Amino acid sequence: MRPVSADDAGCPCRDGMFAPRADRRRFLFAAGSAVGAASAALGASVAVAAEKAPPGAQWFDVPDDPTKVQGRPVAADGGYGGRSQFETAVRVRFPTPNENTSWSLTPLAALVGVITPSGLHFERHHGGIPTIDPSRHSLLVHGMVGAAKRFSMDDIKRMPSVTRRHFIECSGNGLTEWKKPTAKTVQGTHGLLSTSEWTGVLFSTFAREVGLKDGATWVLGEGSDAAVMTRSIPLEKMLTDGMIVYGQNGEAIRPEQGYPLRLLLPGYEGNTHIKWLRRLEVSDKPFMTREETSKYTDLMEDGRARMFTLDMEAKSVIVFPSGDMKLPGPGFYNISGFAWSGRGRVQSVDVSTDGGTSWFPARLDTPAEPMCAVRFSFPWSWGGEGAILQSRCMDETGYIQPTRQQLLAIRGDHGPFASVYHLNAIQSWAVAEDGSVANVHA
Amino acid sequence: MFTPNAARLALILIASLAGAATGSAQTAGDTRLNLGAPLPADQLAGYFAIPPDGRGLPQGSGDAKAGRVVFAEKCAVCHGDKLEGNPQPGFGGDKLVGGRGSLATDKPVKTTESYWPYATTLFDYIKRAMPFNAPGSLTNDEVYAVVAFILAEGHIIGPDDKINAAELPKVKMPNRDGFIPDPRPELSLYK
Ligand code: HEC
Repeated sequence: MRPVSADDAGCPCRDGMFAPRADRRRFLFAAGSAVGAASAALGASVAVAAEKAPPGAQWFDVPDDPTKVQGRPVAADGGYGGRSQFETAVRVRFPTPNENTSWSLTPLAALVGVITPSGLHFERHHGGIPTIDPSRHSLLVHGMVGAAKRFSMDDIKRMPSVTRRHFIECSGNGLTEWKKPTAKTVQGTHGLLSTSEWTGVLFSTFAREVGLKDGATWVLGEGSDAAVMTRSIPLEKMLTDGMIVYGQNGEAIRPEQGYPLRLLLPGYEGNTHIKWLRRLEVSDKPFMTREETSKYTDLMEDGRARMFTLDMEAKSVIVFPSGDMKLPGPGFYNISGFAWSGRGRVQSVDVSTDGGTSWFPARLDTPAEPMCAVRFSFPWSWGGEGAILQSRCMDETGYIQPTRQQLLAIRGDHGPFASVYHLNAIQSWAVAEDGSVANVHA
Repeated sequence: MFTPNAARLALILIASLAGAATGSAQTAGDTRLNLGAPLPADQLAGYFAIPPDGRGLPQGSGDAKAGRVVFAEKCAVCHGDKLEGNPQPGFGGDKLVGGRGSLATDKPVKTTESYWPYATTLFDYIKRAMPFNAPGSLTNDEVYAVVAFILAEGHIIGPDDKINAAELPKVKMPNRDGFIPDPRPELSLYK
């Protein structure tokens, strides 16, 4: 496979806050900001930009003074709101040869707070996005159980539910970054991470409905897509905090996220969170499905491969400033990013502006919840000198996010992508004297 | 915290206080909700997941000769006539043979032949997800045959070997012993 990155697609992920190649709508929006002066020179392109609203938005003419004309009538949107026509952040697909087995990355630098808008949650599908009528969908639970059962969506919604915030990260997040800095933006390097509020029923509730037999140790989850995706999950995990979810951020989960039902395994690699979930088979051994043998195993330099590497280890990344942005000049910048761990809460985050020589504690802007990302920030007064920005996460187990060199020393740097999965190394962004920010290995 | 158990208990209390409890009697000792419908075995007939011991493999059989025909007709467009893979846009089928002995080198080539630990996975995956443009459309005989073909092309079984429910779990893949459990957290990170 040719080393490719999200940037190859000529993607709008370059659309950073101070992106040197910001598009026309961005200039319009930015009037009055640091790049606002440029919009005057682009007056003629206003009409061009007006022709097309970004995905999820509708274009409306912009009045000279919104206080002098009536706005749009109530409910003119049909009863379901879209985003502002000036908000352009989108997911970008990684250029795999086949569009049906591919992934798209979350524009992390465009997010605010810690929750990922459902429409920007990263995607990884192995057979496209199925269209499923919930009235015809059910969940079968069988195998080493007392009495096998079929649960309709109505049954499931009658059950006691839990609502919890958790991140999901694909274990392939950053796979292009093992050997050399490849993706230009944080969307390319870290965009297979998203955080949502999930609502659903604990697996333990289903376990009591069907009864578990002695000796059961694994559970197969199976999806209802064209890949009929399957993964084997340790029963212990399922009983600890495994959830069968139908809600995401206050509404039904999106089709791309498994509508009407998905498995949610806090802190586990994304592929195990089976979407379009239709079946759970309780067993006394793992099934050794294609996705847990051929894929999602980590080949070490000595030729042996790690299997069932399910936990996503502690990780963090600065999203502002980040790759392909341009700082307009020396002065104050609120460095900001995300930190997360699949083994529990984030305990602390440190930030370095000198490539890891000195570290300072960052502020956690959102509550540290188990297996949930936090937003961190760090006040930085930039004097205009070259700088290397890094962040490092420590989770509540005391594990400290390692450097890439530490991971390569353990796992090897063979092949184009080393051991491919589970790169949780410290990320470096180099700020040049002219304010441009680049992905580097420091 | 408002746990499912506590929620259920609360429901029972409310229901019984209001004298509105109908249906089956619930006691604190029985924590079931009695939701969901019984699932008789015949409703599970269309579902499968085949572990390495072969449990659940269906009847039927096939060999590489029959499999070559299936492959040429239904797989080669995306996986190549010589199973070499097809990275062209719109196809993207993996390379299925070769790479044996490469895993510990600087250019590891992971294929069914070189990397997969279990032959049962091949049956399971092809029956569930291939051909990519018509998943789940092969008969069991066709799946056995094309599995035999891929295994024979990888020199894992003989060209005339028959593959069926009894034989498939016995096939020893070259990288059968190549996998280790997750050793993380990596101890050297605590130095
Ligand atoms: C339309 C293209 C297409 C056709 C036709 C097709 N495949 Fe595939 N095949 C794919 C793609 C794409 C993948 C990778 C899927 C993924 O990773 O999500 C794949 C994956 C596989 C794999 C897994 C390889 C690995 O190393 O993990 C096997 C085995 C396989 N196909 C066998 C077959 C067989 C047998 C047939 C014919 C019956 C077939 N395929 C027909 C596109 C195709």
